[in-house]
Amino acid sequence: MYQYDDFDRRMITDRARQFRGQVERRLSGEITEDEFKHLRLKNGLYKQLHAYMMRVAVPYGLLSSTQVRKLAHIARVYDKGYAHLTTRQNVQYNWPRLVDVPNILDELASVEMHAVQTSGNCVRNISSDHFAGVAVDEIEDPRPYCEILRQWSTFHPEFSNLPRKFKIAVTGTPGDDRTAVRFHDIGLRIVANAQGEHGFEVIVGGGMGRTPVIGSVVRPFLPKRHLLSYCESILRVYNLYGRRDNKHKARIKILLVSLGVDEFRRRVEEDWEATRTPELELPDAEIARVSAFFAPPPYEKLPTSSDRLTALALGRDRELGNWVKNNVVRHKVPGYSAVVVSVKVPGIPPGDVSDTQLDAIADLADKYSFGHVCVTHTQNLVLADVKTSDLPQLHADLVALDLGKSNIGKLTDVITCPGLDYCDLANARSIPLSLEIAERFDRIDYLNDLGEVSIKISGCINACGHHHVGNIGILGIDKRGEEFYQLMLGGSPGNDASIGKILGAALPQNEIVDAVEKVLDRYLVVRESPEEKFLETVRRVGFEPFKQAVYGAAGTADAGGE
Amino acid sequence: MQIIRNRAITDDDFVHVPDGTELPAAGKPIVTLARYTAAREELLARYPALGVRITPDKLPTDVPERSRLALIAIEFPRWTEGRGFSIARQLRQREGFTGELRAVGWVLRDQLRYLERCGFNAFELQPGKPLASALEAFGELPHTYQTAVDEPLPIYRRR
Repeated sequence: MYQYDDFDRRMITDRARQFRGQVERRLSGEITEDEFKHLRLKNGLYKQLHAYMMRVAVPYGLLSSTQVRKLAHIARVYDKGYAHLTTRQNVQYNWPRLVDVPNILDELASVEMHAVQTSGNCVRNISSDHFAGVAVDEIEDPRPYCEILRQWSTFHPEFSNLPRKFKIAVTGTPGDDRTAVRFHDIGLRIVANAQGEHGFEVIVGGGMGRTPVIGSVVRPFLPKRHLLSYCESILRVYNLYGRRDNKHKARIKILLVSLGVDEFRRRVEEDWEATRTPELELPDAEIARVSAFFAPPPYEKLPTSSDRLTALALGRDRELGNWVKNNVVRHKVPGYSAVVVSVKVPGIPPGDVSDTQLDAIADLADKYSFGHVCVTHTQNLVLADVKTSDLPQLHADLVALDLGKSNIGKLTDVITCPGLDYCDLANARSIPLSLEIAERFDRIDYLNDLGEVSIKISGCINACGHHHVGNIGILGIDKRGEEFYQLMLGGSPGNDASIGKILGAALPQNEIVDAVEKVLDRYLVVRESPEEKFLETVRRVGFEPFKQAVYGAAGTADAGGE
Repeated sequence: MQIIRNRAITDDDFVHVPDGTELPAAGKPIVTLARYTAAREELLARYPALGVRITPDKLPTDVPERSRLALIAIEFPRWTEGRGFSIARQLRQREGFTGELRAVGWVLRDQLRYLERCGFNAFELQPGKPLASALEAFGELPHTYQTAVDEPLPIYRRR
């Protein structure tokens, strides 16, 4: 992974020192809480319902075991013994004290970490594929470009007060997008042109939130050397023309929709032609320098292990077999596998990991996977380079840590926002719902029978739980002071991107999980074959069978007059 | 009134002249874009050092004969306002504007460094905010990754 040089290190220590000064000025009363707000937001410090929440940047989700141990240490010393994995591959702490934050930043800086631009109206953490570097269908590792973009966007002076936050994702697997590039402010797909050269398909203006939009292709093929100058022009057009009068209409997707993609493109290209200089071009030498940090680890030469994977999946140890089937992914190097460690355990809010689990995962990464871990946007962890022959032992180690669940991509692999338990924007709680789902459907045969189906829960329309792109999406709303939930079907974040639609009237809390069960039971009845996935069935048969299952024969029996 | 100019505290030799207020006989007035547009040549002839103040919804191209101005002041109605950063860069880099670029309005100490990187060289802080300690802000993040007005080369051509 990328290693800081003296320059990068100075940037982060300077920033930590600067923020310490800002906190001191706040604590001494020299600046007001309101003035402090824009300073803390630039550094991942939110004020939530009960306390500050601090978000730590994990560039493209990648962590070394040393960094994971540091995160465990911070959870233990400065928080309540756990950390939370976010849908942007970052890590959050829910209970830091303001006076401790400068010390936490110093601790982070000691392992080349920080909280830079994890909140505020600026370019946020660049996200990427959690199987980057090992995916069999990848055409090029996207992480060097994520790192180049990270450096370019860090403390960018022109784009520190954008109309709204700005999210960029890069995928190197154009055939199977795992990063939701079409739901980002800028989504970059590495693609090959007719000559076989790699460049970027530039997608702009996707997003979730209140107004979900699938992004538009602004440039089908951008040569790599123009990556930064072109992104800079996109940001400049957004910064100058994006709406600032209404924060709910301020994302770039609204600008793109109101201008139309052709006029938006014209403005970007006009700026680009006027501002790109030879100095801004990304030299091959820089791409090579950064790429070298992501060179493959020293793999052993091993025979192919696909037979072995099949044997494990079908073996007598059913628990191990299910885990291999659901949590293990083929690797581009013979004899190796990529493992998704599920932190979605009944009784634990999705994404929460304890300090002892983090320490143990760091040890497992050292023992089995060249000392690296990747946070997934589905709030789990990946050990990307595990020898297939080590899988049984790794599974046993994970089971001992209560991290051996075989539910990746399955119903109980729920994605949620923190919801009303933590967040002062939320209308409804989302964690208790996910806990109820995890508990009620915690039967591996049922999960396997259902196959691939995603549930995503947001506690309000800001959509931090990505409910728009859940095969099943649940949205918490407030109805006369009561927590209600809307049920949506048909969303998908990937290559077949689609936005889920509301099935019917919102349901009260004590009925929503029943409704999910009814939808799933109906799916099992109406699917063509066990191979037809939930999403495929919904797309084929439409909403009617599911409406009937949830709301009765009338189709839309009303629970509350909507 | 005192301002920060070129990283030093100095007395302001310009004077803001709001619309409807009488122009000074001599000196260095800063007029609104509306007044400037209405009587451009007259103003340019009368004041050898003329300043124009623009709101952040304007672009450099909205200011005619801008290269003849001694000063352009860009307003920041709120601290969340970010358009001025891009306007300043355009003025300096696309247009080669060499006069004073001044940030006025809700300008905070902790934005001075970024504003300067985008081409501002003069700053009016909010009334009551200490100027002396604000000067420290310029030195807080001395290193930069990306090119801007202050730095023609991105980091990958300087490492």
